[in-house]
Amino acid sequence: MSETLQILQQNLGQALWETAEMVIISGVIGVIFGTLLGILLYYYANPLFSPHPLVNATVGFVINAIRSLPFLILMVVLIPLAKLLAGDPYTPMGGTVSLSVAAIPFYARLAEGAFADVDPGVVEAATATGAKFSLIFRQVLFPEALPALIRGIVLTVISLLGYSAMVGTIGAGGIGNLAIQFGYNRYETGVLIFVIIILVIIVQLIQWVGDQLAEHYTKV
Amino acid sequence: MSQIEIKNVSVTFQNKKQRITAVSQVSIAIQKGEIFGIVGLTGAGKSTLVRTINGLQRPTTGEVIVDGINITRANKSTLTRARQKIGIIFQNFNLVQNRTLGENIAFALNAGGYPKRQQNKKITELLDLVDLADRKDNYPGQLSGGQKQRVGIARALANDPDILLCDEATSALDLETAEEIVAILKDINTRLHITIVFITHQLEVARSLFQRVAVMENGHIVEQATAYDLFANPRSAMGRRLVGRFLATALPSEIRQRLASVPGQLLALRYRGEDSLDPIITKIAGEIGVNVNIIQGRIEYVQAKAIGVLTVFVTGQAAQLLAAIKAFKQQVDQVEVVPL
Repeated sequence: MSETLQILQQNLGQALWETAEMVIISGVIGVIFGTLLGILLYYYANPLFSPHPLVNATVGFVINAIRSLPFLILMVVLIPLAKLLAGDPYTPMGGTVSLSVAAIPFYARLAEGAFADVDPGVVEAATATGAKFSLIFRQVLFPEALPALIRGIVLTVISLLGYSAMVGTIGAGGIGNLAIQFGYNRYETGVLIFVIIILVIIVQLIQWVGDQLAEHYTKV
Repeated sequence: MSQIEIKNVSVTFQNKKQRITAVSQVSIAIQKGEIFGIVGLTGAGKSTLVRTINGLQRPTTGEVIVDGINITRANKSTLTRARQKIGIIFQNFNLVQNRTLGENIAFALNAGGYPKRQQNKKITELLDLVDLADRKDNYPGQLSGGQKQRVGIARALANDPDILLCDEATSALDLETAEEIVAILKDINTRLHITIVFITHQLEVARSLFQRVAVMENGHIVEQATAYDLFANPRSAMGRRLVGRFLATALPSEIRQRLASVPGQLLALRYRGEDSLDPIITKIAGEIGVNVNIIQGRIEYVQAKAIGVLTVFVTGQAAQLLAAIKAFKQQVDQVEVVPL
C-alpha cells in the first residue's frame, strides 16, 4: 500500500501533465483543422453553394483512408513523421503528432455532420438575402451547429484520452504509461485501479462540461 | 415592361433513375406593385418556380428577368445584389434558432452592407412594423408561429426590397393567424408598394389577398386570371377543382338522403354580384313549370366583389328538369349538377 502511494506520489503529477499536454494540443489541432475540413466537405456538397463532387470525393477519400487505420497501426506508421516534427517520437510531443493526425479526420466528419444537420431551410433563407458564404458561416451555420460541434469536441477529447494511453505504451508517457508500467508490468494493482478511477472521473467531467456548454448554446 | 418576367421556364431534376420535370414551359409576367398568387396542389412545382425568381433555383431552360436583370444568366455579384432587393418568407419561417430576433435581422442587414452604427435603429423600425419591437432580445423558440412569421417578414424587408416572395407563408399557421399575416402583407403592399408573389394551396388566402392568380398543375400553368374571375368562373379543370372544393356547400347527409328519395335534381349555382337570383328562379319555375326550392345560399367576397353560391333542388318531370337545367345554364354563370 505504502509502495503504491509512493509510486503515485512520484509519478502521477507528471503523468497527468503529459496526458493533458497530448490531449489538449492534439485536440486543439484536431478541432481547428477538422472544422476547416468539415466546412470544406459541407460547402462542396451543398447545391446552394458550389457543389463540386470531385473535391468532395477526394477529401472524403483521404479522411476515410486515415480513419480506416486502427490507431495502433497509425501510430506506428507515423513514427518517422513524429521524429521529423518533434525530434524524439517517444515523448509526449512525439505522441501528439500521431494523436493529431488521428483527431483531424475524426473531428472533420463530426463537424461535417454538425453543419449538414443545420436546417437547410435556414441556410436557404440566409442565401436568399444575398449574403456571402463567410457571413452565412459566421452568423448562421456556426451558431446553429455550435451545440453539435461542442458535443463533437467532447467525443474527440474522450477518444484522444483513450488513444493517448496507447501512445503512452510506446514511450510517450502519460497516465496510460503509468498504468501499464507500474500497474501491469510491476503488478501494482493499486496503481491500475487508481488510474482507472481518475480516468472515469476525468471523462465524466469532460462530458458534463460539454453538455452544459452545448445546452447553453441551444436556444430552442 | 413587367417587373418580373418568367419566360418559358422549365426545371427538371435528374436523379439516378429518372428525370422529373418540376416546372414546364412556364411564362408569367408580374407587374410592379401587384399581389400575384400561384395556386396549386402540393407538388405542382410552385415552390420550385418561385425559387427561380431569386436564383435559388436555376431554370433548366428559359430565363427569368427581374427589374431588367437576367437572374438566370447573372454572375455571382449581380445575383447577390439582385437578391438584396428580393425578400422571401417561408412556410417554416427559417429563422436562425440560436440567435435573437435582433441578430436574425442584423444578419440580413449585414448581407446588404447596411452600416453597423445605424443597424440598431433599423432593427427597431423593422420589428415595430410587425409589432414585435419589445421582443428584440428574444429567441425564435420563444415565439408563436405567427410571431415567427412576422419576424420572417421583418427580416425579408431589411434591405428595402422591391419584391417579396412568399412560399406557403401561411400554410403552417391556423386560419386566424394566417389572416393576421395576410393583413400585414396587404399593408406592406399598399404602403411600401412592394410587389408580392405568393404561392399557396390555401384558397382562403387566395381569396383575401391575391389580385391576379395563376393555377399550376404538374409543372404547367393551366390558367391565369384575376382572383375574382378565377373564383367566379374557373376555366381550367384544376381551377374548377380547387375553387369547387373551396366554395362547395356540403349538405348534411340526412338532407341528402331525404332529397334522394324525391325525384328531382340538385343544382349548385354560382353567379357574379350581390343580386338575388329570385327573379330568375321565379321566371324559370313559372315558364317551365318546375318547383325550385332553395336549400342553402351564401355570398363570398373576392377582392371586395361578390360571388353568390346557391344550392337549389328542382322537382318536376324528367323533360322539364332538363329544360330547367338548360335555362339555368343560359342565365347563371356556373351551373353544376350535384349527384345525390
